[in-house]
Amino acid sequence: MSEKDSTNRVQVLSGNEACAMGALAADMRFYAGYPITPSSEIAEVLSLELPKTGGVFIQMEDEIASMGAIIGASLAGSKSMTATSGPGFSLMQENIGYASMAEVPCVIVNVMRGGPSTGLPTMPAQADVMQARWGTHGDHPIIAIAPYSVGETFDLTIRAFNLAEKFRTPVILLMDEILGHVNEKVVFPRSEEIQVVKRNRPGVAPQNYLPYANTESGVPPMVSFGEGYRYHVTGLAHDETGFPTNKAQDIERLLLRLNNKLERNRDQIIDYATDQFEDAEIGILSYGSSARSARHAVFLARQKGIKAGLFRLKTIWPFAGQEIADHTARLKAWVVPEMNLGQIAHEVEWAVGRSVPVHRINRVDGNPINPLEILAKIEEIC
Amino acid sequence: MSFRYEVRLSGEGGQGLVLAGKILAEAAAIFDNLNATQSQSYGPEARGGASRSEVIISDEDIDYPKAVHIDLLLALTQESCDRYHSDLKEGGILIADQSTVSQLPVGKFRSYLLPIIETARDKVGKALVANIVALGIIAGVSKIVSEEAMINAIEARVPKGTEELNRKAFQTGLEIAKKIG
Repeated sequence: MSEKDSTNRVQVLSGNEACAMGALAADMRFYAGYPITPSSEIAEVLSLELPKTGGVFIQMEDEIASMGAIIGASLAGSKSMTATSGPGFSLMQENIGYASMAEVPCVIVNVMRGGPSTGLPTMPAQADVMQARWGTHGDHPIIAIAPYSVGETFDLTIRAFNLAEKFRTPVILLMDEILGHVNEKVVFPRSEEIQVVKRNRPGVAPQNYLPYANTESGVPPMVSFGEGYRYHVTGLAHDETGFPTNKAQDIERLLLRLNNKLERNRDQIIDYATDQFEDAEIGILSYGSSARSARHAVFLARQKGIKAGLFRLKTIWPFAGQEIADHTARLKAWVVPEMNLGQIAHEVEWAVGRSVPVHRINRVDGNPINPLEILAKIEEIC
Repeated sequence: MSFRYEVRLSGEGGQGLVLAGKILAEAAAIFDNLNATQSQSYGPEARGGASRSEVIISDEDIDYPKAVHIDLLLALTQESCDRYHSDLKEGGILIADQSTVSQLPVGKFRSYLLPIIETARDKVGKALVANIVALGIIAGVSKIVSEEAMINAIEARVPKGTEELNRKAFQTGLEIAKKIG
């Protein structure tokens, strides 16, 4: 590696900039969006960089149209994405459901700010976690992942595209204002270290192609429009050909395949990290920027001789309930800091039952959770 | 021995505090090979309104990117001085601008009332570079980053054609630091 390469690989960047760069590294070539604080830098960087790659950047009239555009681009063969924050994420829900039902890979970035409604445009929150799971109606599969550092934002943005392509599903990248705007040192991977998943294409002639085939993996191969494979795409319940159906058997098969395709592949999707957890008695479970506060609190607790450890979710949905339960055996308690009123704490309670208490630390005033707040809770429990 | 050094640059929107924080972080992270984060808190306004930029410098991975116990506080308005001095740790450093701060708070920290904006305007030639004068003072007083790293980071970040002006602003800040050091 030349000296120049090594210098360029070390940069001070914001999470939003790293997200845009990760998308480019994942071969994303179509962006449609409507700028909104605190996500706007993603659009800003891509508006400059995408045209240089031959890609397309469109500033749309709103977020409903943005989702429509990236679904269309993906069906035509481009990896596509949009980025927004809470109010825009609300508008996108209808078409996220469409992408989920029609199995169109795409990436939706939500840099979370305080809500509800227009809420706190310039301040952080993590209160869209449940919206990411259930914002659109009906039983539907969804993947949501949450980075916690600028470097990890680059990596997980690439992963978001890989998961979308592999499982033919919309993937939501949940960031927050702190992560979007913090500038920090990043050492980028070499290009040969980056793995990019390509769409699984059918091995059959156009006349034999079933776009919604009930395959063993649950994920049918996908072709791009314009390549001679003609098929029908709809949000209505459909059979294996993609045409609408009212037959109970076909409907049930579709719904079960859709919802099982992520569950049966959950080991490939669920990702988490632990820190000082081996001998931990107090488990701190967190994600995104709050996990940074949590990690610092673990450091402070260890200085005081308290055996605290961090369990950090990198995949939010599907939920790592089994993995959390498996990490509960030697704990006295879980502590769940998050910038909302307990959206993930509730899932943790559900996962561990009554085996240990689950303590919540919630903050909804636009400020990050201070590590000292978490430390105080840890000391109170001990 | 690992360290974590926390800097808060505070004042109002338009004073270039976010840029100053980013330069300080880049000097540490890219040119001095340390770790650094820079974050900010701001309102919806483009000018005016309280503005605050925080830089954490460490030789280890930085988790919490916000200040917990501040080592060095820069205050370019009375409001920011009043609001944030209590976050200074014992033995920390407060640097305030003498044209905007009239009442210097008292506490278990060292405080300096210095002509930052005035120096930028009268000695360097442009009030706009007060943020870079302040960086010179911070570098000189804290010694947390090398002068060379700061100059490299400033030149890489400021608009083309203004390098000389900004270098002069930084050097002038360093000289102020030497006088009080």
